[in-house]
Amino acid sequence: MPGVRVLVGTRKGAFVLTSDSGRKQWEVSGPHFAGWEIYHMKGSPVAPNRLYVSQSSGWFGQLIQRSDDGGATWEPVGNAFVYDGVPGTHQWYDGTQHPWEFKRVWHIEPSLTDPDVVYAGAEDAALFRSDDGGLTWQELSGLRRHTTGPSWQPGAGGMCLHTIKLDASDPNRIFVAISAAGAFRTEDGGETWRPINRGLRSQGIPDEDAEVGHCVHSIAMHPARPDVLFMQKHWDVMRSDNAGELWHEVSGNLPSDFGFPIAVHAHEPNTVYVVPIKSDSEHFPPEGKLRVYRSRTGGDEWEALTTGLPQQDCYVNVLRDAMAVDSLDSCGIYFVTTGGQVYASPDGGDTWSAIVRDLPAVLSVEVQTLP
Amino acid sequence: MLPAHLRMLARLGNGEVTMQVDGPVTQRSILDALEAQYPMLRGTIRDHVTKQRRPFVRFFACEEDLSHEPPDAPLPEAVLSGTEPFMIVGAMAGG
Repeated sequence: MPGVRVLVGTRKGAFVLTSDSGRKQWEVSGPHFAGWEIYHMKGSPVAPNRLYVSQSSGWFGQLIQRSDDGGATWEPVGNAFVYDGVPGTHQWYDGTQHPWEFKRVWHIEPSLTDPDVVYAGAEDAALFRSDDGGLTWQELSGLRRHTTGPSWQPGAGGMCLHTIKLDASDPNRIFVAISAAGAFRTEDGGETWRPINRGLRSQGIPDEDAEVGHCVHSIAMHPARPDVLFMQKHWDVMRSDNAGELWHEVSGNLPSDFGFPIAVHAHEPNTVYVVPIKSDSEHFPPEGKLRVYRSRTGGDEWEALTTGLPQQDCYVNVLRDAMAVDSLDSCGIYFVTTGGQVYASPDGGDTWSAIVRDLPAVLSVEVQTLP
Repeated sequence: MLPAHLRMLARLGNGEVTMQVDGPVTQRSILDALEAQYPMLRGTIRDHVTKQRRPFVRFFACEEDLSHEPPDAPLPEAVLSGTEPFMIVGAMAGG
C-alpha cells in the first residue's frame, strides 16, 4: 500500500514518521541518535530504504549514519570530511582572511540514480561526494577553489553549503547554494563551477551586480523542469527560467519576502510554496500568524494558506531545509518549525494539521513517497 | 572510560574498554588503539587529520586533568598497570 515516510531532523535527535496514503494516522519512531543535532536526513530515490543522516555535536563532531532498512537500524559510515589539498582562506566577519575549517554537514543529497552515490554540503562551504555509500568522501574542490572563494564570507549561521539540487535530465549538472556566497552551477559533474547570481539584489552589498556575496537561503526545482529555479533569498523570492543565468523577483504580494524554505508542488511545476518570516532580527511569522503562501502562477501572485495553522501568538521559525513535498496523487506539503511541530497538508496546502507538536526544535524535513 | 554518546556509538555496555597497548602508553597510543578497535570513534575524540583533541573533550586520569599534556607524554603508572582508568570525558558545556 502506498504511503509516506517523513524524515525529521531536530536539535536533539532524528524522528521517522510514517503513514499510509491517507496521511491521517501517523506512527512516530524516535528519537534516533538522541541528544545529537540532526541537520538533515534523506533517502535514496532509487533505493528508498537507504537513508543517510548527518549527525553532529559540539562535543564529538560529525558522523554520518546510514540505514538500509528504512530507519529500523543504523550504521555509522565515513565521517572524514577532509578538504582537498591546502584549504586556503575565505573572508571573515572583520574582513580578514580566515582558514577554511570543517564544522558540520548541513545537507545530504543522495544520487537520483545510484544508491551508493551521495553528496554532502559542508560548513565551511564545500561539496563532498561519496561513491561507496558514505564510507569515504572526496571533496569536489573545484567549487571551493573558484576564483571568488577567498571573498566568500559566512552568514549569521556560518558559511554553509546548504542546498544541493541534482538535475534529473543531466547527471553532470548540479546546483548548490552557499550562505553567504550565493548560488553556483556545474556542468561537468563538479569539476568546474561558476556563480549564477545575476539579477539578485542584496541589501548590504555595495555592488549591485556582485558576482558573489548573496545570502541565498534555499532553492527549489521541479524535476521535470530543471531550467526553472525558485529561490528564497535572505530578502526576496526569486525565479530563474534559464538555470540561474538570470534571476528576477517574484515576491509579489507576500507580507514579507524574507524566509528560509521554498518548495515546488510535485505535479504542478508552477505551484510554489514559501513561509514568510519577519526579519531582520525577529525571525518569526508576521503578526504571530503562521501562514504558508502558495503561488499557482510561478510567483508574483500569492495566497495565504491558513486552515489548521495557528493564526495568533505563533512565534516559531521555519528553517531552510524545513519544507518538503510528497508525490502522491494529491500532493502532500510538509513543514517543520523551531517550536517542534511537524505540519502536513495532504491536499496541496489547502488544509493543515500537526503530525506531532512537541519535538525538539526541528531543523529539517524530507519526505519519501513509498510504493 | 568513554562518555555516554561515544559508548552508544561504539555499542559498548558500560563504557569501559580494556586495551593492550604496544610500546609507550601515551594519550596518542591509547587513542590509536581505541580507534583501531572501534573505527566509528575516529574523528569524535580528535581531529581526523591534525589529531588534536576536540575542544569539548577532556582526558582525566588519577584525579588529574591531562587534557593539556603533550600527546606523547607517558601516562601515570596506575593507568599503565590498569589500576586506574584513562577517562575520556565530554566537557560540561552547551545546551
